[in-house]
Formats: sequence, C-alpha cells, structure tokens
Amino acid sequence: MTDATANSTGGTPGRNAGSLFDKDPRTRKRNAAETRFRMMGLAAVIFGVLCLVGLLGSIISNGVSAFSQTFIIVDVFLDPAKLDKDGDRDPDKIAKVTTFGYAPLIATAMEQAMEQANISIEGLGKKDAAELVSKEAPAQLRNYVLNNIDEIGETVRFKVLASGRIDGYYKGRVTMASAELDRNVSPAQLQLADQLKAAGLLSTGFNWQFFTAPDASDTRPEAAGLGVAILGSLYMMIIVLVLALPLGVAASVYLEEFAPQNWLTDAIEVNIANLAAVPSIVFGILGLAIFINMAGLPQSAPIVGGLVLTLMTLPTIIIATRAALKAVPPSIRDAALGVGASKMQSVFHHVLPLAAPGILTGTIIGLAQALGETAPLLLIGMVAFVREFPDGPPDGFFDPASALPVQVYNWTQRGDPAFVERASGAIIVLLIFLVCMNALAIVLRRRFERRW
Amino acid sequence: MSVSIITLIVLGIAVLGFFLGRQRALSLSASSGKRLHSLPGYYGQMVFLFAAVPALLLMTAWLFMQPILIEGRISANIPDSVIPEGGARSLVMADVRRIAGGLDALIADSGMTETALDQMRADETDVRSQLGNVGVALGSDVPVQVFEAAKEYRASSKTGSLLMSIAVLAVCGLFAAWSLLRISPDQRARNVSEGFVLALLVGASLVAILTTVGIVTSLLFETFHFFKLYPAREFFFSTVWNPQFRGGSELGILPLLWGTLYVSFIALLLAVPVGLMIAIYLAEYASKAMRSVAKPAIEVLAGIPTIVYGLFALITVGPFLRDWLAQPMGLGNSSSSVLTAGLVMGIMLIPFVSSLSDDIINAVPQSMRDGSFGLGATKSETIRQVILPAALPGVVGAVLLAASRAIGETMIVVMGAGAAAKLGLNPFEAMTTVTVKIVSQLTGDTEFASPETLVAFALGLTLFVFTLGLNVLALYIVRKYREQYE
Amino acid sequence: MNDMSRLERTVGTKNIKMECRDCQVYYGDTHAIKDVNVDIEDKTVTAFIGPSGCGKSTFLRCLNRMNDTISVARVEGQFKLDGEDIYDRRVDPVQLRAKVGMVFQKPNPFPKSIYDNVAYGPRIHGLARNKAELDDIVEQALRRGALWNEVKDRLDAPGTGLSGGQQQRLCIARAVATEPEVLLMDEPCSALDPIATAQVEELIDELRQSYSVVIVTHSMQQAARVSQKTAFFHLGNLVEFGETGQIFTNPVDPRTESYITGRIG
Repeated sequence: MTDATANSTGGTPGRNAGSLFDKDPRTRKRNAAETRFRMMGLAAVIFGVLCLVGLLGSIISNGVSAFSQTFIIVDVFLDPAKLDKDGDRDPDKIAKVTTFGYAPLIATAMEQAMEQANISIEGLGKKDAAELVSKEAPAQLRNYVLNNIDEIGETVRFKVLASGRIDGYYKGRVTMASAELDRNVSPAQLQLADQLKAAGLLSTGFNWQFFTAPDASDTRPEAAGLGVAILGSLYMMIIVLVLALPLGVAASVYLEEFAPQNWLTDAIEVNIANLAAVPSIVFGILGLAIFINMAGLPQSAPIVGGLVLTLMTLPTIIIATRAALKAVPPSIRDAALGVGASKMQSVFHHVLPLAAPGILTGTIIGLAQALGETAPLLLIGMVAFVREFPDGPPDGFFDPASALPVQVYNWTQRGDPAFVERASGAIIVLLIFLVCMNALAIVLRRRFERRW
Repeated sequence: MSVSIITLIVLGIAVLGFFLGRQRALSLSASSGKRLHSLPGYYGQMVFLFAAVPALLLMTAWLFMQPILIEGRISANIPDSVIPEGGARSLVMADVRRIAGGLDALIADSGMTETALDQMRADETDVRSQLGNVGVALGSDVPVQVFEAAKEYRASSKTGSLLMSIAVLAVCGLFAAWSLLRISPDQRARNVSEGFVLALLVGASLVAILTTVGIVTSLLFETFHFFKLYPAREFFFSTVWNPQFRGGSELGILPLLWGTLYVSFIALLLAVPVGLMIAIYLAEYASKAMRSVAKPAIEVLAGIPTIVYGLFALITVGPFLRDWLAQPMGLGNSSSSVLTAGLVMGIMLIPFVSSLSDDIINAVPQSMRDGSFGLGATKSETIRQVILPAALPGVVGAVLLAASRAIGETMIVVMGAGAAAKLGLNPFEAMTTVTVKIVSQLTGDTEFASPETLVAFALGLTLFVFTLGLNVLALYIVRKYREQYE
Repeated sequence: MNDMSRLERTVGTKNIKMECRDCQVYYGDTHAIKDVNVDIEDKTVTAFIGPSGCGKSTFLRCLNRMNDTISVARVEGQFKLDGEDIYDRRVDPVQLRAKVGMVFQKPNPFPKSIYDNVAYGPRIHGLARNKAELDDIVEQALRRGALWNEVKDRLDAPGTGLSGGQQQRLCIARAVATEPEVLLMDEPCSALDPIATAQVEELIDELRQSYSVVIVTHSMQQAARVSQKTAFFHLGNLVEFGETGQIFTNPVDPRTESYITGRIG
C-alpha cells in the first residue's frame, strides 16, 4: 500500500516495492559481492601475515641450530718430542711448529680415547677417527701451548670442535644415508660419533664461539663466527651516530627554523627528498668512487662503510627531526622570543630539548636501517674474507672488517650447506639487534611522548 | 703527528680559548666600567668556534686532497715501461701504495732506520721477501722504478702530513689569538657566535647537495670514461651481455634491463593488489582488535632488512618453486629464477604499498563515504566506485614509488634471480638485473681502467636516472593529489 | 489500487510515513538522544531545529541507519517506516537507504562527472535496464534538482567543478535519482550563500509534492519558510513537536520560546 512514490516517475520496474524485511534478489546479489570483496581483503591480510610468519619461520628453523655446537672432549698428550725437539722450552722455536705439527697429537689422542672407551668400529682407521675433530682444533691446541709452554709433556683435557659433518649429524642435516654418498664423512664415522656420545666424550652445548670467533675458511664451517662482523658493524654504527646525528640535526634545525624561502632552500629540500629514494647500491658506487678511489681510504674498512651509511641515514634522521621540531608548538618559540631571547637561543634552549625524544627515536630507527643495509657494503669491499679483528677505535676504523649483513651474504656464497645454517643464525642475531633497537625507540616514544 | 692527536690539540686550544675569552671579556668590562654587550660565555664560545672550526675544516680538506695530489704526481712519474702488458697504471699505483705501507711496517717491526731505507735499492736487496716478512705479499719482484716511486710516495706523504700538522695548528692558533684580541665590551659576541653557528647549520644542510653532486659527478665521470672505451650505441642497443676479462666483451644493457623490468613487474603484480587490499581491509573493515594485531605485523615486514628476504629467496622460496612448480611442469630446474626474486620482492613491497595506500585512502574525505552510504551503496561499492577512483592518482603515485624501489633493489635479486643475462619469457629461468651486474662487476679486485669495470658506472647512472625519474613523477602526482583535498 | 490510495492521500489526512517511539542514542557513555517520539508525515516537510549539539543531526542519521557506520553509536527504541521496524535484524541497511535518502551539510559530489554522480544511485540499485533509461533518469533527477538547464551541455564535466550551490543541488539530484520515499537533509544550506540557499529552499518545496522531507536546520527563518511541521530539540530531548505555525507563533514550552526569541542558542 505504500508504493505510491515508486510510480511517481512511472516506467521504472517496480522496485522499492515490498517490505523491507524481504531482500530482493538484487540486494542479495550485491550482498554476496560485498562478502566476496571482504573475503578478498581478509585473504590479503592473512597472506601478508603468513608471509611474515613464513619468512621468520624459515629463517629461525634454519638458523636456530647455529647456536648449539657439538664438541668432543679429548685428553691430548702434549708430546715434547714433537713440539719441542731440543727440550729447551724456547718460545721462538716452539712457535715455529705449525698447526700441521699438532694434528698428529689430536689423532693419537682420539685413538687413545677410543681404546679407553672400548670403541672399535670396523673399517675405521686412525685417520678417519681424527677427521671427527674440526680442522680448527690444531690451531686451538697451538694457541694453548704457546700460552702455557710449561705444560708441554703433560696430558691436557681439551674441548675441541667436532667437524661440520658430525655437528650436522646431530642437527639432522647429515644422515647415515647421506653419509654414504658424501666423501667428507662416512657412516662409520657417524657410528663412532654415536659411541663417543654414549661414552660421554661428545656433547652438544651452547655455541658461544658463534658470537666471538672470526670467520673461518670454506672447509671448517663449524668454526665460523660473527666476532669480526659484529665488531665491524658496531664500528660503523658508531661512525654513523657520531656523524649523522649532529649533521642531521643541524640541517633540520636550519631548514625548519632559519631557512629563508629561496632557491637554495628549495634545492636542499628536493635533494633530501630524492636522496631518500636513491637505491642503496648507488651509495655504494659513490663510496667506491669518492672515498676509496679519490680520497684513498682503505677498502673493507669500517670508516668507508660508516661514511656511506651516514649519507644514507641522513635523510631518515632529517625527516624524523623535522617532524619532531614541527611538533613543538609555535607558542614555545613565541614565549622565548617574548622574553628577549634571540632566535638561536629560543631554538637551542627550548625547541631542541623539547624535540629531543622525537629526534632520538628517529635516529635509532635510522641506525636500525643502516645496520641491515648490505648492498653498498659489497661494493666497498666489506665482503672480503677477514679473520683478523680490527684494532680498537679510532685506528680500528681503518682496519679491514666485515659487517653482519655482509657476513650473511658471504656465507650464502659458500658451498658447504653448514654455512646456510650459519647464515640463518647470523640473520637471527641481526634481527635480535634490530628488535632491540626498535623496542628502544618505541619505549622512548611512549615514555617521552608529549601531546600539546 | 697522527690525526687524532692533532684533533685533540686543536680542541685543547679551543677549550683554552673559551676560558681565556670569557676571562678577558670580564676583566675588560671590569677595568673599563662598561657593561658587556653579551653574556661572557658568548665571548668564550666565539673564541672556541674560531679556534676549532677553521682548523678542523682545513684538516679534513687536506686529508681528502693530499692522496689525490700525491698520487697524481707519482703516477705521472712512473714510466710506461714498468706497466705490465695488458695491465694498467692504476694497478701499478696500487702496488706503490702497498709497498709504501710495507716500508712503514718494516721500520716499525724490524727496527730498520730511515737512512738504511734510503739506501735500500730494489735491484740490490730482495725487497719482496723482506716485505713478505712484515705481511705484505707481492705478486712479483719489484721493478726499480716502482720501488723508487714507493719511497717517494712515502716521503711525500710524510712531508704532507708534517705540513698539514703545521698548517692546522697555525690556523688554529692564529684564529684563536685574533678573536681573543678583538674582544671588547662593545663587541656583539652573541651575534658573532650565532652567525657562526648559523653558518655551520647551513653547511650541514649543504651535505645533502654535496652528496647528490658526488653521486652525479662520480657516475658521469666514470661513465664518460667508459664510453671512451666502449661505444655508447652498443651499450644501449646490444642484446648481448658477455663480459670477458681478456677484452672483446659485449656489454649490452638490454638483457639486464629486461631482467630488471621482468622481476619488478612480477613483484608489483603481487604487491600492488595484495598491498592495496590489505590497506582497504584494515582501513574500512577490520575490527579494532584485528587492526591492532595485523597492522604492526605488516609493518614489521617493512623493517626487515633486504638481506633477510634474499636469504628467504635463496633457501626457501627458490627450492620450493623449483621442486613443486618448475620441475614438475618441465619449465626449468634452477632455484634462482625471475619468479623467485619477483615473488620475494613482492612480499617486501607489500607493506610499502599498503602503508602508502593507507595514507591515501584515509585522505579521501569521510563526506564521500557518507554520500555514497546515504544513497544506499554497500561498503564494497563505495570503495570500488567512489573511494578508489578518488584515490587513484595517489595510488598510481604509490605504485610508481614501489616500482622505483623494485628497480633499485639489490640483495633479493643478487641472491634470488641468478646471474645469467638472458632475454627470455620463462619466469622459471634465471635472469639477471642491472643491480646484480653492478655488484658482480665491482666486487673483488677491480681494475679501474677496463670497460668491464667501468660499465658498472654506466649501469649505475642508468639506474639512478630511472629511479630518480620515477620518484620525481610519483612525488609530483602524490602532491597534486594531496592538494585536491586540502 | 494505487490510484485510490494516492487520491486519498493528496486530499485527505496525511499518512504517517515514519514513526519513532522511545528513541535513545548513546555515543559511548554519552546519552545523546533521550526518549524521543516523532511521527513524520508523508509529503510533508518536517524541520528539526535546536541549538548546536542538541542531537537533531544525530536523530536524523538514525532514520536511515547512517549511525551504523559509527562503531561507538548505539541506538534503542522503535523506528518504523511504513510500519516496519528499520532496526529489525532482517532489514538490510542498504535497502533501507534506497528508500530513505540523505543529503549532507557540506556538498559532497563524487570526483566523477556530473552524469556519473547522478547515475551512481540508479546504477548500484539497478533502476535502469539500458542506457536510454538511465539517461532519462538522470535528466529527470537533474530537472527536479533544478540543475538541468545549467548543466545539460556539460554532463561530462567533473561534479567538483560546480559552484557550491550547484554542487548541493547536484547532491540533491543524486539523492532524488534513487527515488527515495523519504529524503533526509542535514543542514543542506549551511555552506551556501543566500541566493543558492533560496534556490535550494524552493527546490525543497517542490520535492514535497512527491516525498516526505526531513530537514535539520540552524536557521529558524528557514524552518518557518520551508516546513509544515517543526520539532524543537534541546540537550537530547524533544521539547516540542507540532505545526510549524503553531511552534513559531505560540510555543507551549518556555524553552522553545526562549530559543525562538534568541535567548538560548
């Protein structure tokens, strides 16, 4: 009875007729489309979250085993006949014995250990048994002996690294079946490892060396660590902080508080906006061409990496700082100017301290970005194999070093699958650093956030 | 004198200047009975700035220029005869630097005297083994001229450093003294020191311009060198990329550009719809609780370094695509492929697209939504027919920004796309991109005279121009869009 | 049958189109509308007046469930359109809003052409079977919006390019094109100059021939000029509701009188 208006224009098919309680077919169709669209949106969100989960899950599942490591306990007789032929304990002569001279000592020790524990495995020679121990172990022994020369002739208990394949066996990377095909390890060696474990001579523990040891060569992934990389990254972060923070704050203060409206200011603004979008690899080219080729700074050095990352981080810091300065209400400036302060005094005494938390947050986020940056560092030679720790700062800034993300890349380029585990482990370390930095930024923001 | 010691001395003089300046201002005021124009601290600050800043600037400039000047002179003195066949002057210069460094080590480690070094001659003593002892391994015996050049290099560097120390300290002292003497109660010390600080602020802002200038000149300069060695026409139009380190390379950019665009296209194909839908869902549909979980999760994706995505492509996505799609369908058996890199890069870009779109969708005024709901439109009709068309320019800008990101992205393609330069259509094949080739041509021991190395700069310039153009265009569109609703 | 009822309505007593009983609206913890009872008659202009923040716009938005889009708003009570509760679970707000259209305070044309703006509603509701019909609907709507003569040569021009008054008439034409039974107008003239206001008021008077119109306004003169019924809201309460003439000349409640004479506002 109430469909009068529907007919007022006449001609159109009778809609608006009928009760509100019945959905006409068209509304039903439209609602179905609505649901479909909504589901698409939900699917996109779920896909995004799954990507995050998949990404982190894959890295963590691959990398978490890098934090544990298999060790073998051996009692090594430091044979004077091999280490100190003249018997006069002369450090210079002992230092002449290379790591090759120490390898047999470990082999003998392994043999004795097997005898004592009553282990014998068919078809396993002395040399095969010694292969269970990492090639890094003789160096460990040598260092110990050079530091404790008077212990030559005694039997010392060492906890040495197991070789990468044995380590992989206990992490599920190597199996009896794969060992059949592998010329670096045999099933017999794995059996020996099992029996050593039963005898308590082989154990798995937390891998502190992963954080402290330097990189190691292709054949000994078990010894590779992040020491140099962490130190290199730390050095670069120090340089970035020391350079980018004052430069960025100074530039922002000028642009936000003092800059007149002219072509120079415009040019600076445009430049900052564009620098923020220049691909990172172009900064690497800049570093290579200007800092290394022209200014003659050394390759692979944290100073060059730090400078390049400074230039990359500057736009981030400037943008954050300007936002923080903008958030300080003009009334504060007016109040300072009103009591006779100069413009400079009002900025440095009032505005800047009030903007400090925002600036700090932006800086930390900029540093976090810089910490994960890889591509430009490849070009300035930080991908080199560096085993020596750099000196302490400031001289160490000029010594070759690696960096965390570059170390990851470096390890992925190696043949041994054990390095994939190391690389993923290194990523976990990197991500932990990033999480800490971002958490710090969030805490700072929460703690000091000020609403005007 | 080392740089850090000079810096410390300069800072010491400056701090001393601060106290002296303050003191002098106070005593002058007391003796003359005039009031000081500024607070006494400003007189000190003025002296501090005059003492420290010019000296430190001079030192930085000197440190930057000295190696350039010395190398230029020494390298001009090396006769062509010692440059090995097929080698380059720059390689010989690298040797000169290393020998010079080795000689320093020799003096430090083995207690050799300067005079002994002066008399040492490459044709008489075994320089190579002596240097080897201090950790400087040389590939071959040292020619006399090179050794002499190294000695000269070392001597010039030492003289240079000495001159620098003198000059820097002199500048520091002179400026400090001059500004101290100028102090009088009438002097506007606050204005002077504020002017100085303002100049420093301007200088800091100029770093952005300097960086751009540095990028552009270094790219242009080396690209110019490259085109002198290799025809530009071949570079831009050749379809073959085949660098040979013995010469006769073919360095056509087209296969690299193709790979770059193909990977970026796949990345955008994934990132744009997904990112846009995420932004729409979170802005228009999601409950508060869901938004508070999903939004940070998506933002976390944005904070993850690209190396992590690269590793994800290398160890997870690549093998997965190969084992489950490429091999069963017989389309290839390489784990690095265009699809691998494209998909992973797409994941990387999702948060980028979604946060940009989120801003843009929120910029569409609520009155548009009201108008549409008031006419009886459903949410999806409102979004598709009112909000998206209204936001279209902004979304286009966001897509262009994402494209510029994709083109410039390095680590994901280095680890996921492969290294074979190919002009193909099969997404399961490995292809390569501009950024991958920049990395591969510039890592390792590079020799700056060969076209195979210099081509990286031409590639870099191309990349720079591409991304810059896209960004400028995108920012222009986004700005126009913003103005529309202001 | 239709003709019969129509005849009856135009000559006889007016039908009640919308019936609101014991209506309450809460925004979070704020009780924004308290115990409001209003009957809105067909083919009548009803004006809601009252000081700012008195709840008149809020109440208007309840009439086509626009408050559904605000998550903190909660509505109680009975709102009936032709005897059917519009807040019933079975009612689709989309279908409801097709019957109860709305025009807003600020002109809000979509960033599309004039034609597409008007055609938007008919398109989503599927009112036209072909292009010719749609053209016809658009023309009719623009004519009723008193805009046809001004824009008939530039239907492809963007709607945002019109002047403020034209934009608002475009929005009215857009609402009319969906053929609603009730048209809600939320201060439709507050952003317009006096000439544009006069045009819109004239338009409202014409629309009364076919629709029931509810208008929220700040201007008492406007309410007096265009409406037959007036409701006065104060602090979320409906103070007085009656014939416009009676409200303005002889208000019952002292608060109404104070407001009309300008003592509260």
